[in-house]
Formats: sequence, structure tokens, C-alpha cells
Amino acid sequence: MFISLVAVIVLGAIAWMGGATPGLQYLFGIVLPMIAVVVFLAGFIWRIMDWAKSPVPFSIPTTGGQQRSLDWIKPARLDSPYTKTGTVGRMLLEVLLFRSLFRNTKAELRNGPRLVYWSSKWLWLFALLFHYCFLVVFIRHFRFFLDPVPVAIGMMETVDGIMQIGVPRLFMSGVILFGALLFLLMRRLCDQKLRYISLPNDYFPLLLLIGLVGSGLCLRYIGKADIATIKEMTMGIATLSPHIPALPISPLFYVHLGFLSTLLIVFPFSKLMHMGGIFLSPTRNLPNNTRAVHHTNPWNPPKTYRTYAEYENDFRDLMDEAGLPLEITPEQAAAKE
Amino acid sequence: MSKLPKASELAKSISYAFPKVSWMDTKPAFAPGTWCYPAKKDTMEGLGMPNPHNWNPAEEDWNLPENWEEIIYNALKDRLEKYRSLKVFLDICVRCGACADKCHFFLGTGDPKNMPVLRVELLRSVYRRDFTTVGKLLGKVVGARKLDKDVIKEWFYYFYQCTECRRCSLFCPYGIDTAEITMIVRELLHELGLGIHWIMDPVSNCNRTGNHLGIQPHAFREIVEFLCEDIETITGIQIKPPFNEKGHEVLFITPSGDVFADPGIYTFMGYLMLFHEIGLDYTLSTYASEGGNFGSFTSAYMMKKLNAKMYAEAERLGSKWILGGECGHMWRVVHQYMETMNGPTPACMETPKSPITGTVFHNAAATKMVHITEFTADLIKHNKITLDPSRNADKIVTFHDSCNPARGMGLLEEPRYCIQAACENFVEMPENTIREQTFCCGGGSGLNTEEIMELRMRGGLPRGNALRFVQEKHGVNTMACICAIDRATLPPLADYWAPGVSVTGTHELIANALVMKGEIKRTLDLRQEDLPGVEEDE
Repeated sequence: MFISLVAVIVLGAIAWMGGATPGLQYLFGIVLPMIAVVVFLAGFIWRIMDWAKSPVPFSIPTTGGQQRSLDWIKPARLDSPYTKTGTVGRMLLEVLLFRSLFRNTKAELRNGPRLVYWSSKWLWLFALLFHYCFLVVFIRHFRFFLDPVPVAIGMMETVDGIMQIGVPRLFMSGVILFGALLFLLMRRLCDQKLRYISLPNDYFPLLLLIGLVGSGLCLRYIGKADIATIKEMTMGIATLSPHIPALPISPLFYVHLGFLSTLLIVFPFSKLMHMGGIFLSPTRNLPNNTRAVHHTNPWNPPKTYRTYAEYENDFRDLMDEAGLPLEITPEQAAAKE
Repeated sequence: MSKLPKASELAKSISYAFPKVSWMDTKPAFAPGTWCYPAKKDTMEGLGMPNPHNWNPAEEDWNLPENWEEIIYNALKDRLEKYRSLKVFLDICVRCGACADKCHFFLGTGDPKNMPVLRVELLRSVYRRDFTTVGKLLGKVVGARKLDKDVIKEWFYYFYQCTECRRCSLFCPYGIDTAEITMIVRELLHELGLGIHWIMDPVSNCNRTGNHLGIQPHAFREIVEFLCEDIETITGIQIKPPFNEKGHEVLFITPSGDVFADPGIYTFMGYLMLFHEIGLDYTLSTYASEGGNFGSFTSAYMMKKLNAKMYAEAERLGSKWILGGECGHMWRVVHQYMETMNGPTPACMETPKSPITGTVFHNAAATKMVHITEFTADLIKHNKITLDPSRNADKIVTFHDSCNPARGMGLLEEPRYCIQAACENFVEMPENTIREQTFCCGGGSGLNTEEIMELRMRGGLPRGNALRFVQEKHGVNTMACICAIDRATLPPLADYWAPGVSVTGTHELIANALVMKGEIKRTLDLRQEDLPGVEEDE
């Protein structure tokens, strides 16, 4: 936790200095983000390709419900899908609604002994809030890269700011996103089991995101950064004619940008790749029809096993005495020799 | 063997408070009762396993081959290239902790490294350092560590404290399956000549004699005939099951534990009685007399080698399809691996069709192997057999879902339907402990050995606790299952955590209730104990 915190603070400080030093603004405001985008895209594709290079030798879905067998037994079409459609449905549930996490329970050992299992959906709830709010915030940011701003984004902002609190209007997504991140961090720190398994590379993305979202919230609500100037700069990047605007931009914006760039660069090489990996998980993305449909293992080794002939050779006399049918009788075997 | 503490003492010793030091700095203490006896050198040599040698987990030096680091590196590299599952599972875990308290071994030991996430982290840390740039550069900061002999010991300790039950995989938001990792790490350990006796001995037996217990063909027949004598005593009906005979429609394969071990034998008697009653055209085989597959706890190669006999025998005997008995991991292998490994099926085989009801098992169109509870449920549904549940009236029954049929197959309703047709009283255990959320018996994946009895009882705590709950609340006195390992592991578990509950196979219950044509008035159940109501009659 401590190492990650220091790392994030140092990164933020460097970005601040870069943003505050006129000679470095081009580097921090334009070069670095563009490199980050390239690294992210190339890295993401490379990782997926690398996974896809290894085959799936066996079809090993984890079945979460009744198989399809006899006509009169109702199968679990989504938790134990038999068809491709069902499997797509299972994946959609998994990716869009975090189906497996929704099952989560918490076990408690009481005197007796008695094990009690509680439904525990907090992680599911906050994980879902985090991911969806992040998506909304991500989409809202397209207003900085598109001119004119698409109607859809405007509508989204209207809904997002429906509470009509303050000026500029408070977007719920940003606040919930920040809250969800804090929950996920506190959970990691307070739950003994989680603290024990957490690595610096678990804290780092969380703190980085907190920095990213925190700086974003500050820019909008506290620093009230000059949106027009920022858009001039982002549009420059979007239209591939990047330049630093003449009017000054708060160094805090460079911090925001610095965190984002770091996130993009780190993404393909970190656990954040679960975003792509989930689609390739063979316990989820395969149908439970393995007895009905052939699945090929590209490296299936040749069959080597002890044959019946070898077995009979070994036990022929005993088998004969016991009256078991034989391919070659002891007499025939003796005659051969 | 270490002494087993009392249940109450063992329960008190469980603490979920974690040590202050990082998991990378703790080492397992190889205390008696926590590790399995090593495989014998002869056994390993006989099977052609790599680097067979004498060693003892309790000793400091495990006599690893000189280039052991290179062996592991190459083996891991090979598996990464062969299994997308391995790569993806090592890369995408976010350590959210959803799996942490889902593992029966964690719940029963409180050992943090028994949390599925940390169990996999034991391998992941080495993978990070040897196979990722970030890990190479940043080392411990990103959870990477150097492979050393202590890591090998840790792997042996903890990957033989995983029963490949896949409960964690159900709860993982990305479906990360520790069973998959355990299977692969055990393969890595086998490359160094490290295996356990309780797995490798059955593998060797199965390879040579056709079954894990090493029963030779003539003895196999004798044992089955003994069981038939018992059936005659109970029902007055003489059954002569065919062995190794060609030209029968069905080849029946069940775990050899059913033939040999109490209470599995009663289940086996149940199969024979059912087949006799419906006039099934079947044969048993002494060559393919093992449904279970301890090879699947060894390596993909060994799993394939042992399993190959099933289709080979079906081809030799000209069977149309295979009917499979009650077994857990056997059905994981049959359902998810068999056709891929050893298919396509021999030309003589057809999509299974019940000769009694005409039901076609389209769900087994490729593998051509049907689970006995699918088969029997279909018989019951079509009223093809007469069951008298009052013969099981003394039993208040609950059902233990085996891990593999539950989470590697989805066989949940079929056995329940059979049991409920054969019994008057059926009660479910709490919902977080059954069906796809079922808990392991504590001895799956080849860990059903005596020397780790304490560990098994710890791993069996969640199951034992759920059983105890329904015992106290509903008076449950019988736990049914569909797994031969369960039939071996659940009796000691029940004696320990819920004394007074007996364990039975599903087809034992069926056969008790089965009204057979030409039978004498039944007064005894399959265990030759009085049927309920018998004394009052006389």
C-alpha cells in the first residue's frame, strides 16, 4: 500500500511540475498521452493475441446449474448453457452484471462449531457501480474530442446531472465512481483476508484511479478549469494537429492527464487486463455440451495404453480358470510358442 | 499416523486470524497428518514417470534431480503454450477475495495459503518472475519471487491440499479454476519425480489389472459372485452378470470401489438388481473394470492412458454404448475429457438409447456414455420399474452433491429424482452447501488416504456441519451420494462431525425399494438388516 501510494504521489508531482514548466508542457500534455494511447492499444492487442496463441485443449465449463439431459428436467440455460446462444447469454450476464460475484457469500465460524454463510453482495454492488460509472465518465469525456458534441452525450449529461445540484451541475457518475473506489480501497485495507493477499500492484491501480478521478472532480468543481482552453488542446490531439493553447491551463490538468497516461501504459501489463481476459476464460465461455459435441485438442498425444491383448497375456491362465471368455485360449497361446 | 483430535477440540483450533509476516516469508511445517506418503520409486519406474527416486516429505532434502530448476521452467513453459486456461488464470486475477472463504480446506484449517487465491499465487509468483517482464524488472514489489526448493515444498504441501472441487471457480468473477492450476502444478511436481503413494499406486494398478484396487480378473469375478449370493439371500433371485462377453448392447463401467469396499458394494448390488429386473442386455468387463481415473490426478497424459481402455473395450466387445456407475471424478473425465482425448468413438457405438423406454440420450451423442442416474431417472419417469419407498421408511435421507457431477457436469436433478422416488423422507441440506455450491467430502482428487485423516476432517468441516444441521433439525440419518470416493470418505466424516448418520449410494436406495418379479417377501435391506415394519409383522 505504502509503496503504491508513494508511487502515485510522485507521479502526480512530476506531472504537476511538467504542467507548470512551460518547456515541458508539450511533452506532458501531448507527447506522453499520445504515447500512452499507442502503448495501450498495442499492448492490449498483443496480450489478447498472446493468450489466443495457446489453445483450449479441453472444454471445461464450470457448471452453475442443471445440465440438459432428459426432456422433462428443466436445464439452467444460462448458468449451465448447452447451446451457443446460452453461452453468449452466460457471458453477457458475467460481463454486464457480474453474475458470479452476485453469488458471493461470507462464511463465519461460530461456536458449536457452526458454519454460517451470509449473502454478501457489497463487493458485487460496488464493483458494478465502479465499472458502470467509469464507463459513463469515459463516454462523457468524448465531449472533449468531438465537435460538435453528439446529442447522445448531451442527453447522458442531462440524466447524469438530473439532481441539479450546484454550478457546474453535479454529475452523479463522478461522485459515485469516487465513492466506489474509496469503498474498494477501504475493503482491501480493512478486511484482514484481503490485506493479506493484496500486493502493491493491487493498490497501485486503485490509488491511481482515485488520483485520476479525484483530480478530475477538482478540475470540474473546485479548480473550475477553463474548459474551452482544455478542449482546444484535446481537439488538437483528436484532429492530429496537436498544440499547447496560448492561454494557461492549470497544472492540475496535467496531473489528471499524467494519471490517465500512466493508467493507459500500465493497463496491458497489469491485472487490469481482466477486462480482456474474462472473454477468454474457458470455464465460462464454453457450452456444457461436452458429451454431445466433439471438442478438439490440437496437441492431443497419440494413444498409448495397456491393450486388452497385453492384459490377457498377463492373466490368461487365471482368467481361463475363472471361466472368463478369452480371445486366445491357453492352448492356442502354448501352441504359438 | 498422527492422532486425530476430538471434533470439538479441532473446531476450537481453527482461527481465521492471519500471521503478521507476508505469505512469501512463511513456510509450511510438514507436521504428521498434513501430508501424504510419497509414491514408491518402483511404482513410478513401472509407469515410466520421470525422475523416479526415493524421498520423504518430512526430510529436509527431497533428492531432487540436479537440473530441477530447468525442468520446472521448461515444464511450465510447455504448459503455458498448451493451456490457454493457465495463461489467462495466471494473468487476470485481481485478488478481489471472493474465493477466499469458499474453500473447504481454508474453512477447516484457517491456513491463509488454503485460500484459493493464495494457493494459485504460489505458482503465479514464480510465473511472474520467469515469464513476465514486469515481474523480472520489479520482483517482489509486483508479487514475483524466485523459484527455490522451499517453493517446491510449498507446492507439494498446498496442491495436495486442494481436492480440485472447483467451488472457488464458481464464485470467481472470471471463472479462475484452481482445479486446473492444481492439475498442472501436480504435473510439474511429477516431472521432478514427486508424487503421492495413494494416487500412484492405484494408477499403477489400474494400468496393469484394470482397476485401482488391483483386483485381478478371476478375483473380480469371485467378488461379484459373492455379492450375487447376498442378493439371492435378500431377494431369492439368482443373478449371473456377464463378464467380458461380446455382443451385448451395453458395457457397464463403475468405480472398482463399488465392487470392493463397504458401503459401495451395496450400490453395486443395486446396479445388478436393477439390470436384472429390467432385463438389460449388458456386460461387465474385468479389463475396463475401473470407472474412476486417478490418472486425472496425475497428468493429462496419464488420464488419457487409463481412460483409453473404455473405448478400446467397447470396441472389442462390440458394445453400442457405455453405461457409467455412480462416481464423481470419473464423470468429470467422461463428461469433459473423454471424447476429446480418446474419441472419436469406435464404429460399433451408437448414440445411447434406452432399450427399455426408447429414450435417446442426445446429450451423450458424441461420448456415447450415460450416467446411471440419468438412465434410472428415465426408467422411473416412464414407470418401467416398481418402487416401494416404504422399505426405506426408516431413513430420513439427505443428498450430498459430489463436486465433479455438480460443477463439472450439472447433474443435479437426476439423482434427486431417483432418491425421492425410492424414499419417503428426503431433506435438503442448507442451500449454500448443495447443488452447484456443494462442499467437498474433504478427500477428493486422490486425497482420501488415512495418513491425512485430520486434514480430511478439517476439509470435511463444511460438509459435516451442514449434515449435522439437518441431523439436528430434521433427524436426518442417511446421506446419499453418487460417488465412490464419497462412499469411502463420508462415513468417517459423518462419524466425526455428525455421528449417527450413515452413508449410502443412490442405487442402494433404489434397490432396497425395487420390487422385483419373482422375489421372496423382502425382510432384509441390502445390508441384511431388517426392513422397517418387519418386526411388527411377525
